[in-house]
Amino acid sequence: MDNPVVSVPTGSLLGLAAILFCIGLYGALTKRNLIMVLISLELMLNAVNINLVTFSRLGVAPSLDGQVFALFVITVAAAEIAVGLALVLAAFRLRKSTEVKDLNTEKY
Amino acid sequence: MTDWVWLVPLLPLAGYVFLLLSGRRTPEAVAAGVSVVLTGISCVLSLVVFFQLGPEPAGGQTWLFHWLTIGSAHVDVGISLTHLNALMLVVVSLVSVLVLLFSQGYMHGDERFSVFYQYLNLFVFSMLGLVISPNLLQLYIFWEMVGLCSYLLVGFWYFKPEAALAAKKSFIVTRIGDTGLFVGMILLFLGTGGSFDFTAIFQAVSAHTLHLGWMGSQGLTTLAALLVFLGAVGKSAQFPLHVWLPDAMEGPTPVSALIHAATMVAAGVYLVARMFPLFQASPPALTTVAWIGGVTALLAALIALTQRDIKRVIAYSTISQLGYMMLALGIGAYALGVFHLFTHAFFKALLFLAAGSVIHAVDTQDLFQMGGLGRKLPITRWSFLAGALALAGIFPFSGFWSKDDILTAAWQRGDMALYWLGLVAAFCTAFYIFRVYFLVFTGQSRDEERTVGAHEGSWVMTVPLVILAALATLAGFVNTPWTGHGLERYLEHDATASAAAATPVQESLPLMVFSVVVGLLGIGLAYLLYGRKSDAPARLAEKLSIPYAISLHKFYLDEVYYHTVVVGGKLVARLVRALDRYLIDGIIEVGARLVGVLGLALKYTQNGQVQAYGVIAAFGLVVVIVVAVLGVGGVL
Repeated sequence: MDNPVVSVPTGSLLGLAAILFCIGLYGALTKRNLIMVLISLELMLNAVNINLVTFSRLGVAPSLDGQVFALFVITVAAAEIAVGLALVLAAFRLRKSTEVKDLNTEKY
Repeated sequence: MTDWVWLVPLLPLAGYVFLLLSGRRTPEAVAAGVSVVLTGISCVLSLVVFFQLGPEPAGGQTWLFHWLTIGSAHVDVGISLTHLNALMLVVVSLVSVLVLLFSQGYMHGDERFSVFYQYLNLFVFSMLGLVISPNLLQLYIFWEMVGLCSYLLVGFWYFKPEAALAAKKSFIVTRIGDTGLFVGMILLFLGTGGSFDFTAIFQAVSAHTLHLGWMGSQGLTTLAALLVFLGAVGKSAQFPLHVWLPDAMEGPTPVSALIHAATMVAAGVYLVARMFPLFQASPPALTTVAWIGGVTALLAALIALTQRDIKRVIAYSTISQLGYMMLALGIGAYALGVFHLFTHAFFKALLFLAAGSVIHAVDTQDLFQMGGLGRKLPITRWSFLAGALALAGIFPFSGFWSKDDILTAAWQRGDMALYWLGLVAAFCTAFYIFRVYFLVFTGQSRDEERTVGAHEGSWVMTVPLVILAALATLAGFVNTPWTGHGLERYLEHDATASAAAATPVQESLPLMVFSVVVGLLGIGLAYLLYGRKSDAPARLAEKLSIPYAISLHKFYLDEVYYHTVVVGGKLVARLVRALDRYLIDGIIEVGARLVGVLGLALKYTQNGQVQAYGVIAAFGLVVVIVVAVLGVGGVL
């Protein structure tokens, strides 16, 4: 191998991404605080980023496309977290709480 | 001139359209005048056609227009001019024009006068269209149209509950027969390989090429003939479907004269005559026709003996006479059946119009409220007498020639049972019609209040009576031994019927004298009982209480039908309603309830907790992926 970067097996990378995604999903579905839910969403997005970068080395014509895409996701995630925090702030002002279970007015 | 025959039915149609457009406010004189003139032209035209057709070769003429294509079958509409059809045109249009004239006097002052004429015109059009139909389908359409007109006219005074009921009854009872005709028609259509055309059907019948599924030519011919005859039974009020005709007397009397005596009820007889080659090919069907006719003739005559309503007596007489016609057709005497139809149309229309004139004068239909009207209504009296003599079959009135020929034909064919049926019916006929005559016109008035102001109607009512009286007296001479059986020879020109008329009846003097004597005996008995003031009828009724009650209650047939057909029908209807309400509706109800309950249960899953939704979505995604992987068999 003449690649200067230490080569990590693809399976390990995908495994890491999967574990990260599951932690994020678990957090998003169970955390009671809205801020924690947002952070969990970030975890899931980053798991996706690892997948994108991993797959960019594979294929018939490996290229930088996946890595560029990951950069885009990071940018968009920043924007998303800004909007998300703004919503959480608005909800807090309205309900005096950042608990997920308190946002339950939309029911039967 | 025969090329103008298409105008004959279209002129009354024009009258109908005119009255439809001119509306209810049309003055009486205009409505009646237009109708009489248009139908009068039709009448003249059909007379010309009738006489011009005389020397024409067999087969007559046919004009066809293509109408429909069903698969490979073509259906035409058009006009078929045979000798039988030409005769029917004359009968229908002649009686129609006289009844239209009479109606102006009878219906004078009725609020819906112009509507009445509208219906009558539509009826005349339909009836004329019926008798010139070149195929069964066109005949069936007009057949239903005359039925509709009959319904409308019987129920013309719909605000009387009896009239509304009678209209419904006449429509529903004839419907039973019409269903038979319809099925028979479809069988013939399929059996001939797709043709409604009369000539095509007759060719297939005579060539024995009718076939349908497993049924051969002979079986199919008999079945189709019986079904077609069922239609005729309904329309011509033959036993067992005769019950509607007496009730139909609730309609205005001119309607009874035109539709329920002279024309529409004769359509059944006409149908059998038109389809005669089909019946000829099936001896069982012919026997059925003859026996139904004979039984009807006697049964109706027996019922007519005791009825109190003048119109009902004449109605039962009509049923009885139609029975004679069926009897004649059934024993193969095709021309004689048509001959009796021809004479009967005149004398029965006359009797009805005369009865209408009486009812118009005294405003009641109960025979026992009349009496001694002969002096006040001389024209009505003498014309009624002419009609009664014709009906009773007294020489030389028209009914004698036609009825006697039928009885003679039955005798000469050796159908003794049918001959005696007819003869006993003839005796009853003479009795009941002269019972009416004596009760109405002779003796003393039984109800001074009603009869004191009685007087003849205007000329529009008396002129038709006189013309019809002349026809009832003289019409028989078209077919006497001295005139060389003119009508029979005329009808022989029809290719379709040539075989039927092959055995002409030999008049026999003893038989003639015998039937006249029987008729005179009937009249004599009527005179003994009703011609003089006596309590003999009441004593006789008491002595013969059981037969009297049976006759008075019309053999309890209405009651029998009520307790079987009507009650049974209601039972079936209730069953079907219950089935619909509880089974069909039940299934739907259960489905709806199930969905409703499911909805009720599922609504608790919408709890507003966004993380719960997330769990369900994630779990659902996992399930989808697992199913997809297992289903496709791929590996991630």
